Amino acid sequence: MKEMRPISMERVEKTRQEILETIESPELTHEQKVAVMAQKADSLLEVLDLPEGLDELLNQPIDRQCICDLFEGHAPMRPRYICPDYEKFLKQGSEYLRLDPPKDLYEALNNLLILYKHVPSVTNYPVYLGQLDDLLEPYIDTVDEATAKKLIKLFLKQCDRTILDSFSHADIGPKPTKTALYIFEAESELEDAVPNLSLKYQEGVTTDEYMMKAIDCALHCAKPSFANHNMFVKELGERYVIASCYNGLKLGGGSYTLCRLILGNIAKRASGIEDFEKNQLPYVCDIMARYMDARIRFEVEESGFFEQNFLVREGLIDRKNFSAMFGLVGLAEAVDILLEKEGRRRPDGSALRFGHDEEATKLGVEIMNIIDDFNQHHTNPYCEATDGHFLLHAQVGIASDVNVTPGTRIPIGEEPEELIDQLRVLSNFHHYFPSGTGDIFPVDITVHRNPEYVLDIIKGAFRMNLRYLSFYSSNSDVIRVTGYLVKRSELEKLNKGTAVIHDTTALGLGAAKNGHILERKVR
Amino acid sequence: MEQKVLVNKIIPFSSVDGPGCRTAIFLQGCNIDCRYCHNPETRKVCINCGLCVEKCPAHALSFAEREGARTVDWNQDLCCQCDTCIHVCPHDASPRVQWMTPEEVMEKVRKQIPCIRGISVSGGECTLHPEFLTALFRLAKQDGLGTLIDSNGMILFEDFPALCEVCDGVMLDIKAFDPEDYHRVTGADNTNVLRNALWLGHHGKLEEVRFVIVPDLYDTERSVRASGEFLREVYAEHPFRIKLIAYRPMGVREQYSHYEVPSQAYLGQLRDLLAGMGYQDIVLI
Repeated sequence: MKEMRPISMERVEKTRQEILETIESPELTHEQKVAVMAQKADSLLEVLDLPEGLDELLNQPIDRQCICDLFEGHAPMRPRYICPDYEKFLKQGSEYLRLDPPKDLYEALNNLLILYKHVPSVTNYPVYLGQLDDLLEPYIDTVDEATAKKLIKLFLKQCDRTILDSFSHADIGPKPTKTALYIFEAESELEDAVPNLSLKYQEGVTTDEYMMKAIDCALHCAKPSFANHNMFVKELGERYVIASCYNGLKLGGGSYTLCRLILGNIAKRASGIEDFEKNQLPYVCDIMARYMDARIRFEVEESGFFEQNFLVREGLIDRKNFSAMFGLVGLAEAVDILLEKEGRRRPDGSALRFGHDEEATKLGVEIMNIIDDFNQHHTNPYCEATDGHFLLHAQVGIASDVNVTPGTRIPIGEEPEELIDQLRVLSNFHHYFPSGTGDIFPVDITVHRNPEYVLDIIKGAFRMNLRYLSFYSSNSDVIRVTGYLVKRSELEKLNKGTAVIHDTTALGLGAAKNGHILERKVR
Repeated sequence: MEQKVLVNKIIPFSSVDGPGCRTAIFLQGCNIDCRYCHNPETRKVCINCGLCVEKCPAHALSFAEREGARTVDWNQDLCCQCDTCIHVCPHDASPRVQWMTPEEVMEKVRKQIPCIRGISVSGGECTLHPEFLTALFRLAKQDGLGTLIDSNGMILFEDFPALCEVCDGVMLDIKAFDPEDYHRVTGADNTNVLRNALWLGHHGKLEEVRFVIVPDLYDTERSVRASGEFLREVYAEHPFRIKLIAYRPMGVREQYSHYEVPSQAYLGQLRDLLAGMGYQDIVLI
């Protein structure tokens, strides 16, 4: 028998109750119940070598919690995010899945759909579906145009109805392709939440004509989002992917884990800026990093994942391409709280606010520099892919977050009047986060007649060193919650107590109620 | 001394005043009287009667004295943008305006770089201030920005070559083709409008031609058809965009807000009519 720390019968009984409630829940589908019950079972294990002081920071209500491990469980049996090399898979087929390399578009799409069923993640669904245009372009002319369009549409529909979690991401770009144009056409008609889609944009390579089609699609169904290709390549190399929400990771690898600092609550512990910067923040960073180390060690050395999984055996992933994401939320709250504690105010006596005052931006940058510097000095033996360091990540929040603003965003309802002011504040922060950050802008319906408006903003923002932008039309059914997509019509169904197909719809409903995501400033 | 003009409003990122993302600048004062004008408060310059001062719920308006005369002062910081002053103004003006030099306007514009591709100046009628426009556009060009004018075409562009040199194009509101129709819509004569359309077209400066479709007010189909015929030749030389805008009562003065809003289907018919003549870039709004 393996050794494990004992737990109380009280906790066992509580978990049993929760399992029964899950089984009887009218709001969960069968798949959602299975996933929740697996989490409950896992929560009874105590096998990780936890750093001292963690409990007091982790197991707290949301107004006091300083570290959050985002439902990864107590005994991680696989990396949180896995990004297989689908190109290699299409070239070599799979012995384990008994698949030959595809010869035409039918076989290519069929092989991909089969593999998707076997790519694990924290959600139990694949968080990365591949660079679809590069993958499929070699096969797109193996059938006539009408058939190709129909096959692409059916493929995407299949993804939406079987990958039941919208933290599932496909990539396209930066070069224009026929496949991508077919994807835009299909998605505009389907208006589905899955898969999430990113277009890697590179000025001079991604043509305006192609961008017009992409933006037109985004105004219909809130995707694709736009990623600053040059920026990601500089940090992660050409073989990078955008997975899950907007996470920049290495192809053929992924992320072992993602934990997040809740900066606002860390600020509450501090007596002022100096105490925060010198004592509280470094203390919490250190505990979170060592907690992540413990999770990674268990995954790599104990779980057996990297010895047993066929994705490793067949070379579709390699442990050496994995890293981990050091996340954070609530920079806005931390800055506001600290400035308040210091009694610093505007000349007219009103409070300084993150997103509006130069002094607040400066403090935000100071805080980010401390976190960045901490990360540059912390090493983990299994993060060779990123020089032994974690990758910083501006986490998008979870449904139960109250008064926690995602990453380094400006809180909803406090967006500056002028979009340029918002972009300028954001441009101070996006560069810290190779493993992802992003901002979301609903745009007025009249933009449908002038998609170049959005193009100009994307080009300008990327010149200002922003990393990742999403737009959606203020009246569209598919909307971006924080990083993932939901259908408004599905939110309404769930709100009335009907179980809905995607587990992320429940997260969207929480975010609508707690995070006010339906109240963003329309641009 | 640099010329100052009355600026009604600057919209930093506009998606409806020309292609792409542009800063739109609205000048105060117009030389015609379109019944369907949807921002009638830009038509005239304030006469400082002060009627709005006592009605302002935010106390953002007050009397001041300038050069011995009583003026109405607007405090931007107190203003709550409720539009009460505009609604009570019997004179089609607004107290919420600012005298600005080209450099002062440009300062607001520069802040929007690199997200804008250019500026568009509208009104009121901005061509009432050709020297201001020329100076502003020269500054905009120094920053690599595009320069468009939104005009009713009453003033002849050919009379202002320096302006045309630094102006990329004009978005010309033709309104109605037939002189009688035009007079009914605006109270003015359209000889210059049509002359401008051809002249700008020949010189590649016609960016967009626009019609507000109000079937109750004039024969819109006849007008669009005749305009289409009239512009065919210049279109062949330099193509331009055509915008067909449905009349909407929003913002329109009460006495003119009763016209029926044409359907998108009707606008579609007009588009097909123009498409049949060979026009390509037709936008319905």
